[in-house]
Amino acid sequence: MSKKNAKEQLLEDIQAYLGADLIESKDGYAFPNILINKDRLHETCRWLKNEQHFIYLVDVFGTDRFTSEDRFEVIYNMVCLRTQERLFLKIRIEEENPVVPTVTDIWKSANWNEREVFDMFGIQFEGHPDMRRMYMPEDYQYYPLRKEFPLIGVPGSIELPSTTPDKA
Amino acid sequence: MDLDKTTSKYTPTFFSEHQTALYKSLEDKHTTVEVDTDDPLETQMILNMGPQHPATHGVLRIVMQLKGEKIVRSKLDIGYLHRGVEKIAENKTYQEFMPYTDRMDYLAPYSNNVAFCMAVEKIAQIEVPERAQYIRMIGSELARISSHLLWLGTMVMDAGAISFFIWTFRERERLYDIFDEIAGHRFTVSHSRIGGVANDFTEDALKSINEFVDTFPQELKDWNKLLNRNRIFIDRNKDVGVVDHEKAIELGLTGPTLRATGISYDIRKFEPYMMYNQIDFEVPSRLEGDNLARYFCRMEEMAESIKIVKQCLAKMEKGPIRVDDAKKAYPSKDEVYYSMEGLIHDFMMTDTGVCPPEGAESYHSVEGPKGELGYYIQSDGTGHPWRVKVNSPSFSNLQGLENILDGEMVADTVVIIGGVDPVMGESDK
Repeated sequence: MSKKNAKEQLLEDIQAYLGADLIESKDGYAFPNILINKDRLHETCRWLKNEQHFIYLVDVFGTDRFTSEDRFEVIYNMVCLRTQERLFLKIRIEEENPVVPTVTDIWKSANWNEREVFDMFGIQFEGHPDMRRMYMPEDYQYYPLRKEFPLIGVPGSIELPSTTPDKA
Repeated sequence: MDLDKTTSKYTPTFFSEHQTALYKSLEDKHTTVEVDTDDPLETQMILNMGPQHPATHGVLRIVMQLKGEKIVRSKLDIGYLHRGVEKIAENKTYQEFMPYTDRMDYLAPYSNNVAFCMAVEKIAQIEVPERAQYIRMIGSELARISSHLLWLGTMVMDAGAISFFIWTFRERERLYDIFDEIAGHRFTVSHSRIGGVANDFTEDALKSINEFVDTFPQELKDWNKLLNRNRIFIDRNKDVGVVDHEKAIELGLTGPTLRATGISYDIRKFEPYMMYNQIDFEVPSRLEGDNLARYFCRMEEMAESIKIVKQCLAKMEKGPIRVDDAKKAYPSKDEVYYSMEGLIHDFMMTDTGVCPPEGAESYHSVEGPKGELGYYIQSDGTGHPWRVKVNSPSFSNLQGLENILDGEMVADTVVIIGGVDPVMGESDK
């Protein structure tokens, strides 16, 4: 099967599988890019891995669209080693109480990436085995990659080491 | 082991919630119950390695629970070098952000420049002239050799041979001189520009690259002779840190660490970019998945890189090195100094730069020395990216390392870190 056919076939299969839950499907910049209903995320990921052979999850990351509805986006970047296809799967979630089901039970490698999304955007992953922050310390209260977070940071938000350690 | 007792005895004073959560998570990692005995070899302890440890290649912190000399479980704590480059990127123009990519994987800055510029070119639909692509390829491959040389030196040093480090650094020094000649900087090169490269190779640069590709294979041969059948080296690395191919895919390993398990996933072949589809080269892979396999993979990769550089030098034809379109790339310095329009365009490029269409998003990945290095960019139609996501290979590999370490000997930790070859600048962003 040639590369182009494999991609078309994949998009057709996804369309047939998701039906109306496939909100948007783009094929720009060389990679298929689909937006789906977040309620079917877990099920779709399992299907993609088991039926479509997307066994390698490269990356999971979030974006902040800064809109009043469906503010956050979580994007899954996955690769099928059989057909050499790359797929971007997106879901959108609201600002209030952003919770997404975890995919760590499908791809173990999502573990750290989901922690990073949590750290940077405050999106909770339901069922994640170890939901700690990735880069920032646990004592930190803000989510730095949200658009309202100032570029200079929040002064005093991180405890700095004492300059006179003996007296601490 | 009663963890509560330890934590109450040594209550952390700095980032206390963070430390408590980390130890708690170590305790939760597997739900096995351990029984204490009086035998010292069965004694359990928690060992904190890093973040200030010479063998962790930067500020990597590992918390391990040991049973005798075995690591029962381990947790990695990263983020000590977190600078928030993704946040910075949102507040810079595309070209302004490019020098920041040098500081990500600082052992191979050229690959990072190229990866970022190519992602921007993809989103803004800029065609790069052929000569510039060859220059970028040569730069990336030299960067790969430079990165692997540091890995080789430190890994062999971690295994106990100090003098080796000096030999690989002699060759790295020559590479730095070449980068100095190409880009004007030894370390953070920033040579790539959106739409091409900053300047063409000089005569001296070409001469020294040619000299390097002629003499380096002999060095490589000598090193192979010294290490490939070296009893001490093999004993130290064979069957250490083994991962099989299924687990490697599951853990999301990438680069030579993944290829050492038998999966030849290399972006240069998988999604060929630049001129890699016109170059004849192999992707070395091994089946064992241990540290020795990673060593062989990287050694062969260096030889392949030399092959690629040689072919690029032969195929390179004279031509422009940057796209000649003032809306897409910087004009040449001649134009800037001698024409009014050139100066205006130069100003506009610095002030606003390229503006990809609104709502466009692109992903471009290259095969960096550590693995798949990808940049995902979302544009809002202005000169600043709306979101830049760096998919860094060291991050993926470190996640694997957390699982590779379980069940290994504590003395092998350093060797395994050396074999996985993480760069903290890249994984911490």
